[in-house]
Amino acid sequence: MNIDYSQELPVIEGRITLADIDRLIAKPLDEKPDKKFFIALSITLTLLMIGVISVTILFAFGTGVWGLNQPVGWAFDITNFVFWVGIGHAGTLISAVLYLLRQKWRTGIARFAEAMTIFAVMCAGIFPIIHTGRPWLAGYLVPYPNQHGLWVNFTSPLVWDVFAVSTYFTVSLVFWYVGLIPDFGVLRDRTVSKLKKSIYSIFSLGWRNSHRNWQHYEKAYMLLAGFATPLVLSVHTIVSFDFAVSIIPGWHTTIFPPYFVAGAIFSGFAMVVTVLIFVRKVFDLQEIITLNHLEKMNKIILLTGTMVGYAYGMEFFIAWYSGNPFEQFVFINRAFGPYAWAYWIMVSCNVFIPQLFWIKKVRRTIPIMLVIVIFVNVGMWFERFVITVTSLHRDFLPSSWGYFTPTLVDLGVLIGSFGLFFTLVLIFTKTLPVVAMSEIKAVAEGAQPSHHGGNH
Amino acid sequence: MSEKKLFGLSAIFASPDAVIHAVKKVEEAGYKNYDVHTPYPLHGMDAAMKLKPSKLGYVTLSFGLSGAAFALLFMYWAMSKDYPMIIGGKPFFALPAFIPITFELTVLFATLATVIGMLAVYFKFPSNNHPLHDTPYMKAVSADKFGICIEADDKLFDIEKIKNLFKELHAQNISEIYFPAPEPVNIFEPKFLTLLALVALLTSAATYVTLNKVIYAQPFTWMMNQPKVNVQTKSAFYADGFSMRKPVEGTVARGFIPYEYKGLAAPVVPLSNPLLPTASTLDLGKKRFLTFCSPCHGNLGDGDSRLRGQFPNPPSLHSEKVRTWQDGNIYHVITNGQNVMPSYASQLSRDERWAVIHYIRALQKAKNASPSEIVTAKKESSANVAK
Repeated sequence: MNIDYSQELPVIEGRITLADIDRLIAKPLDEKPDKKFFIALSITLTLLMIGVISVTILFAFGTGVWGLNQPVGWAFDITNFVFWVGIGHAGTLISAVLYLLRQKWRTGIARFAEAMTIFAVMCAGIFPIIHTGRPWLAGYLVPYPNQHGLWVNFTSPLVWDVFAVSTYFTVSLVFWYVGLIPDFGVLRDRTVSKLKKSIYSIFSLGWRNSHRNWQHYEKAYMLLAGFATPLVLSVHTIVSFDFAVSIIPGWHTTIFPPYFVAGAIFSGFAMVVTVLIFVRKVFDLQEIITLNHLEKMNKIILLTGTMVGYAYGMEFFIAWYSGNPFEQFVFINRAFGPYAWAYWIMVSCNVFIPQLFWIKKVRRTIPIMLVIVIFVNVGMWFERFVITVTSLHRDFLPSSWGYFTPTLVDLGVLIGSFGLFFTLVLIFTKTLPVVAMSEIKAVAEGAQPSHHGGNH
Repeated sequence: MSEKKLFGLSAIFASPDAVIHAVKKVEEAGYKNYDVHTPYPLHGMDAAMKLKPSKLGYVTLSFGLSGAAFALLFMYWAMSKDYPMIIGGKPFFALPAFIPITFELTVLFATLATVIGMLAVYFKFPSNNHPLHDTPYMKAVSADKFGICIEADDKLFDIEKIKNLFKELHAQNISEIYFPAPEPVNIFEPKFLTLLALVALLTSAATYVTLNKVIYAQPFTWMMNQPKVNVQTKSAFYADGFSMRKPVEGTVARGFIPYEYKGLAAPVVPLSNPLLPTASTLDLGKKRFLTFCSPCHGNLGDGDSRLRGQFPNPPSLHSEKVRTWQDGNIYHVITNGQNVMPSYASQLSRDERWAVIHYIRALQKAKNASPSEIVTAKKESSANVAK
């Protein structure tokens, strides 16, 4: 395992030709799904069904079937919302930020991460709608001229959230689709099925690989990346405003926006690594999604995990330094109170365990890596739980202190959101190219003209 | 079969270097209407083709700025003009609180404009009927080959000359590309008509159900339909069938404590006025007096009824008797009634009765003041004015 980091690692391993790239990536789409796929799908659909049943119970009987009550009026719903929005951040970060930073290795994983962004934001979007208990009234979130003559409160963080998450979803979807157009063209030209050809033709919009188009396309891609970068930072910043703009001790802190963004990237990368480990194995994409890719993502996990750890420490420091007894109480209570178990799960999974990634062998060994990233996923879910519940359960009035315990319906909705996410991921792997073909071809060895532009 | 119309002449090149070299030669030869087709964007091709930088950025900029302006102006109008409301002590135009939405809409407008502008305006998409589609040339360039296609509408287009040029450049696959034969369109085809009928049927059914059923459906009525007794409904539980019950005997309504000297000639214990004769009390008393008392007693309490003999005129309130009465006696008369005067207990609350008594006292004072008192009042008021 002697890797020379002094020069750039190849994006693709081995010497595969451009035609091989197409064949390899389009293979899952050309073949009929096998038994393993259906077994996996049945598992995820079962999880999804649990979610559907839980949500039906929720709609029939109201939010009373959840464990939340005074003083913990926000619990699993907001925890799951922030968790899923956070997962979504990795996709845009990989596709936009790494694009602007000219990180070529992003090409192998960008498509998949973008798809995960879209699915994760869909999962996140469920929670604000269902948590009202009356989802058919969600239309009031949209400012439209109505018979009441009222507008939404544009100065409220919850309305900012509506705009941020819906813009984020739209822009991610558009970004993803723009990336897919050339690939639809490739698929259209290589398929033999008439039906598939029609579908791919419709989605390719008549893409012709013309350089007069590529020129604008590259420009547009750069502009979109330029917009998606501040957007991805703004979305989790605004999500953190849901907490930070309130005056609850434990929430009312200015560190929240950067802390949330770091946490979002951290959890998103962990989820991308978790899923990619399986995808590259199942679809034989080891040459395109290489160990180097996983290692680089592990390095980002290490970095963001350490940033999150710094934020945890800084919260305690500010609680002491501010001299605010309420703030101090919340943090002491968080670490040593009734929810200490959740706090220490969070700190162990997010700060201590990822430190193992300092060791190169750990970064490059798939089973160990998988265990660590799953810990990170768990830890990041607990982070949101800790922020939400521990700050609420003991507020200013000791007579109304309480302890939140989730009900089966709470857990069912959470399980259902995982079911939805993985069902969409599975369907995606069988219907669309999981790696951007045209982008991978562009970074393959010998794919670009030599420096003199062929004019030897 | 009629002669097919030529779209252009295409050639395939194996390597990126070869195609860039070929493009430079084509450009040198002076051709303008040609295009290069590559499976991915090639670096250096813009320069080889002498393309001007893409102007897409201006679309992005102008729509992004429009998005920002729209968001700010709309929020300004909604929050400060159309429905101004103070929220959290912020000003109506709370700029810092408007920034998140302004930013999001800027990004949204800019992104959508860039993508729609690129696809619809620059690329003229969708264009699935372009002559290049479904050709072996297109299949090759979308996989791993690099191609040039010189179009027939170029001014210098000469098929033999171009063929020679391509041959010189070691092109692999030189082929002519023709416009596809126009497909006959028959809208009376049974398949199409069936589809049309089906779509019409589905649309109508969906519209009917939505407009007549769905929008009137009550999602869940647990909160509305509660096991409780509503007013004015029939009851199966009570023998008399009424849901509403009469209050228990002796119930005292809020603010209506019974008058303990009811039916007596006068209160046994003298009552004193609980209110102070402040300006607001006198004002209330005046209003109530003019409403309820003045029809019989007259506007100034002189007993000059406005009822033109339809009801017997009461005696004046300025008589020696009434003026020397205690407040409690007047209260007793208002509450209990006297001779033909009925009780006003149900029209006037207790406080209102006491306020009316203050007003009557003021009237009595005004009507029966001695000249010395008038002078004093005048002096005081002129002294006030002089200040």
